[in-house]
Amino acid sequence: MSKVNSSNMELDLDRPNIEDYLPTDSIHEPLGKLRLRDLLDISPTLREAGGAIVDDSFTRCFKSNPPEPWNWNVYLFPLWCLGVVVRYGILFPVRVLILTLGWIIFLSCYIPVHWLLKGHDKLKKRLERALVELICSFFVASWTGVVNYHGPRPCARPKQVFVANHTSMIDFIILEQMTAFAVIMQKHPGWVGLIQSTILESVGCIWFNRSEAKDREIVSRKLREHVEGADNNPLLIFPEGTCVNNNYTVMFKKGAFELGSTVCPIAIKYNKIFVDAFWNSKKHSFTTHLLQLMTSWAVVCDVWYLEPQNMKPGETPIEFAERVRGIISARAGIKMVPWDGFLKYSRPSPKLKERKQQAFAESVLRRLEDK
Amino acid sequence: MGNTSSMLTQYDIEEVQEHCNNTFSQQEIVSLYQRFCQLDRNSGGFISADEFLSVPEFAVNPLSQRLFRMIDGLNFKEFVAFLSAFSSRATLQHKVEYIFKVYDSDGNGKVAFSDLLDVLRDLTGQFISEQQRELVLTQVLEEAGYKKDSTLVLSDFMKILGNSGLKMEVEIPVD
Repeated sequence: MSKVNSSNMELDLDRPNIEDYLPTDSIHEPLGKLRLRDLLDISPTLREAGGAIVDDSFTRCFKSNPPEPWNWNVYLFPLWCLGVVVRYGILFPVRVLILTLGWIIFLSCYIPVHWLLKGHDKLKKRLERALVELICSFFVASWTGVVNYHGPRPCARPKQVFVANHTSMIDFIILEQMTAFAVIMQKHPGWVGLIQSTILESVGCIWFNRSEAKDREIVSRKLREHVEGADNNPLLIFPEGTCVNNNYTVMFKKGAFELGSTVCPIAIKYNKIFVDAFWNSKKHSFTTHLLQLMTSWAVVCDVWYLEPQNMKPGETPIEFAERVRGIISARAGIKMVPWDGFLKYSRPSPKLKERKQQAFAESVLRRLEDK
Repeated sequence: MGNTSSMLTQYDIEEVQEHCNNTFSQQEIVSLYQRFCQLDRNSGGFISADEFLSVPEFAVNPLSQRLFRMIDGLNFKEFVAFLSAFSSRATLQHKVEYIFKVYDSDGNGKVAFSDLLDVLRDLTGQFISEQQRELVLTQVLEEAGYKKDSTLVLSDFMKILGNSGLKMEVEIPVD
């Protein structure tokens, strides 16, 4: 954890005004002369601490929904057993077959296109784009994905980026089957990393490493270059920076909003009745997550392509990011919380504590003046 | 996946309830247990420093270190007893005792000037100089009839805070 602390300073730059979110009545504003009672009465601060111990909005963002047991009586239990048999015995093998078939078709087309068409870049790109969309459709079929797309399909234009809320890596697959986006992602180990470095390279992806602070400058340069390129694939960014459980959104990082381009928001909402699509990366690997999806009934979700937004005059990138977050959260019907997603991996900045201390100190000094 | 309320029997719940003097209802104790298990990620039976500080709302609280020292290593029963001061059923006496305990870090039943200074330092950080803090404290102590070197005991705290209606209730989410 210690190497992450040094990057805390730079992460600070990402944080919008927390004071706008934290309840302003938290530090009480007493009136009149300062008395011993006022200094001894630490109940407001204690109450905040107690509240945080008992329940806090940050942990709630990453809580997976425990599946409600409904098979608890004599006739429901055999039904549930039948369901398990169908899911694992019939659906799962069929889905594995579909996925394998998809991979065979994909690889048998992709490898020749990639190697033989080295000279014909435009054609190669078009074919690779179509093939990536194809393999994503196979993936979605392998979970019996029912995706309702609303709104105009994204088109490739320069100076525009797409942003979406993030629940799992399958968000990317669901969006990719409709349009071949270039995406910015955390580099993963294992077979996912292999796919990232081979196939996704062809659609033009950018990698980052969460724990490297210096990385941010390099990444923001790459983002800018990509957005300005005329024939690059449209760029998809998940500004939350981490997977959240689809009931809340955490603060958006401003990186996507300070490129001087139009931001097109995309809202994604999964229907939890069928399966909880939240990928709790601390609990399971991506493979386990995929297997879980492949042994459920279906993945049902709604995708809304929303109206492109531009930064308003006089708006800072952080305000712009929060405004877009508001638009996405409103459309998906999810709540906003004032925390930075990276707090999953690091401690909050000491500045937050200092702000509270400052507010209290100022009120003490002010009341001292009151005679 | 954290849904371990089935591991608490009715007997367990009643034992915990008795231990905290019935300040929490049975449903609240079940919710607290879910929360305890959620925070205790490595299932060690107690919540470690790391696990507490991973709650950002708690980590940014000025008194987090002090409270953590009191809560470190507690098992679930003691955890509930610790939180009982935050219940809506807690008596004023109970709340004042709790605040006294926060000040009295060495647990000897006496709160000295240095203890008062320590808490004030936690609350104000670098935004008031040490000198000013001492001045402020001395001034308010003298106005209340105490001297800089007097030590406060629980009855003093009751006298000072007794009629100010301490608002410390925290709502336990019950789903």
